[in-house]
Amino acid sequence: MNFALSDEQEFLREAARGTLSRHKTIEAAHAALEDASALPDLWATAVEAGWTGLLIDEEHGGAGLGVFDAMLVAEECGRVLAPVPLLGVVPATAILGAAGDESLQAAAAGEIRPVYVPARPPSERERGWTVEPRAGMSRAEAPDATVEGGDVVLDGTFSFVPDAPGADLFVAVGESEQGDPVAAAVAADTEGVSVEPVVRYDPTHPLGHVSFSNARGRRLDADPPALTDAWYVAQSLIAAESIGAVQTCLDMSVEYAKERFTFGRAIGSYQAIKHELVEVLRRLENARGLEYYAGWARGSKPEEFPLAASAARSTAGRALDFAARSMINVHGGIGATWEHDAPLFFRRAELSRRLLGGTHDATDRAAEEAMLAPAA
Amino acid sequence: MDLNDTPEQAEYREKVRSWLEAHKGEAPPRSGSSEDKAYIDSRRAWQRKLAEAGLAGVTWPNEYGGQGLGPIEQVTVNQEISRTQVPGILDVIGIGMLGPAIIAHGSEEQKSRYLGAMLHGDEVWCQLFSEPAAGSDLAAVQTRARRNDDGTWTLNGQKVWTTNAQFASFGLLLARTDPDVPKHKGLTMFIVPMDADGVTVRGLRQISGEAEFNEVFFDDVKVDEDAVVGGAGNGWGTALTVLMFERLTIGFGSENFGSPAQLTATVAGDPAARADSDVRQRLGEALTELLAVRFNGYRALTMLQRGQIPGPEAGLAKVTMVNAAVAATDLGADIVGPDALGPDTEWSYLISFLPGLKSAGGTEQILRNTVGERVLGLPPEPRLDKGVPFSELRAKEKEALAS
Repeated sequence: MNFALSDEQEFLREAARGTLSRHKTIEAAHAALEDASALPDLWATAVEAGWTGLLIDEEHGGAGLGVFDAMLVAEECGRVLAPVPLLGVVPATAILGAAGDESLQAAAAGEIRPVYVPARPPSERERGWTVEPRAGMSRAEAPDATVEGGDVVLDGTFSFVPDAPGADLFVAVGESEQGDPVAAAVAADTEGVSVEPVVRYDPTHPLGHVSFSNARGRRLDADPPALTDAWYVAQSLIAAESIGAVQTCLDMSVEYAKERFTFGRAIGSYQAIKHELVEVLRRLENARGLEYYAGWARGSKPEEFPLAASAARSTAGRALDFAARSMINVHGGIGATWEHDAPLFFRRAELSRRLLGGTHDATDRAAEEAMLAPAA
Repeated sequence: MDLNDTPEQAEYREKVRSWLEAHKGEAPPRSGSSEDKAYIDSRRAWQRKLAEAGLAGVTWPNEYGGQGLGPIEQVTVNQEISRTQVPGILDVIGIGMLGPAIIAHGSEEQKSRYLGAMLHGDEVWCQLFSEPAAGSDLAAVQTRARRNDDGTWTLNGQKVWTTNAQFASFGLLLARTDPDVPKHKGLTMFIVPMDADGVTVRGLRQISGEAEFNEVFFDDVKVDEDAVVGGAGNGWGTALTVLMFERLTIGFGSENFGSPAQLTATVAGDPAARADSDVRQRLGEALTELLAVRFNGYRALTMLQRGQIPGPEAGLAKVTMVNAAVAATDLGADIVGPDALGPDTEWSYLISFLPGLKSAGGTEQILRNTVGERVLGLPPEPRLDKGVPFSELRAKEKEALAS
């Protein structure tokens, strides 16, 4: 039994923290509120740090690490709201790796930026593969994928795809006429592909509506479990970056609660404030325990990965909702203004909970996975 | 990260498992009434067998009859006992909390007199700490011990929430020996024979109607000089040791509290519940919290194994566990309907038990204070009792009430 980070993982995390600290990401996030195009592109940094090839095997120039390692980097990005496109790139390279695709080398080297175009695997309440709807509670059907030899022709739209702007290669999951998931690698400049960049409330998470109009791509030889896995890799990553954001919310709130005095004493000495901050810590610790669970399950107990990743996303998402509001409460009025960093984290929380199925969908999925395997 | 056993741990697990498999036929049922003497005797006999097989006091040093092993082996034994569906030791409080405190603070005579009989279930122990007016603020205990001219002590006062007092042979009792110094300083820990003259045990009925706990009264109870553990005036330090072991004892394996498997099966087996979004959200939230307790338990265990002592943040696991268990139980009972409240259901047992558990081992509010101050480093609430002799404090309280 050993349920802690290895020395290498500690090092990876420290290195990521060091790398990100050289960029003024929080200042950039402030600036991006007025002009989203001012957001720096950290791609070069990610390539240099080896994050683009985290999951790609060493033979193809990658680091050959696991999803848990990628989650540690995502957590560091979340801490400082760094716009590193891990949500797009990491699940994409998971599928490319499963398929042994020809683009791996270039992806690891950062010569191309592959981005995952997510489709959610079926559940007992929703039988087919689905994608984010443009609006409303009904999931949208996954685009049609027609296999033609080594090619796939995709037709349909994916809304709110994380990191879509700037992608060179889309790794998209559509549904065949038989209802099977089919993965395709489609170059962004292919005829019939269009990307509409979208910013919604948190410019540090660039999004895009990606449309394929009978666009032709390379068929990726990845079996359905690998495509299911990619969805949960994305869930794990959004959990991890949320955990990083919660940590910052907590640290800043605690610091302020120690130095702000009212009625002759530090506000952190009042139980009303103290208990709220301990609640943030409690939620953070729970999310972290489940982050470890997800990372461990992906490598050692894949049959539990859907449960673990959903549980981590659910808990981390709710923790961030709570922590971001709590940070504003503890700071008082200033926390609700652009003078402060709190709104940046609040914006992150508000967007995160509505991406990739949303936090509530992960909670629902955790319940379902537990019911399917009650012994887990 | 690795949750699998090392080859040595796997070998140990195999040894434990094969002993339990071979002897499970001799085990009594896992639950029974604490007022049924025959049942309690069968549990004592079973504890003796476990002790002789090296499955009790796993982490106790060899010289006191323990196995001198680590927390991982203790958890392995717990898991295998649970897997085999046999009861564990009867005296969890003695072996898990009080024995280790005696090992840390007791005299050699006390260790050789009491520990062996405790381990083998011949003498069960109870913890005499909380009082009607001293729970969260434990150092406010009023049970008074006065030293007699011949060196013996006379005890007067009342304790409460005392598990196993009905059949315990000894209790570890925290008493005030000097009211004229600040409250943490004037305390002393005693070993009290429960059959001494002047000791009265009375069952305390809980919400369910059962009496798992007791009130214990002390009227001019005389104990010898050698009943003192750790020296007069040093009772608070010994109490803290007990409380530290209490956190460890409560912490592990508690993720099964609230019966997540039963809840999951209840929802899964009711088509309307299974298709209901609200039910699924509630199920997902309760289960993820309980899962978090389990995996944070593994993190804490890893720390323990590396020689680090879990801090007060372990208290957060208890907060999560109790609240998630309440949510899980309410959901399960909502699905079943009024029959869930029938006399012998697991649901009604939990519904009755959980409100009290919320305060056990420290109320949620006290735990949040402790974690906020010790883990987050937030400043403490201003206190009116610092440095004030206990007797003055009591006088002030009385004055405040009278005005």
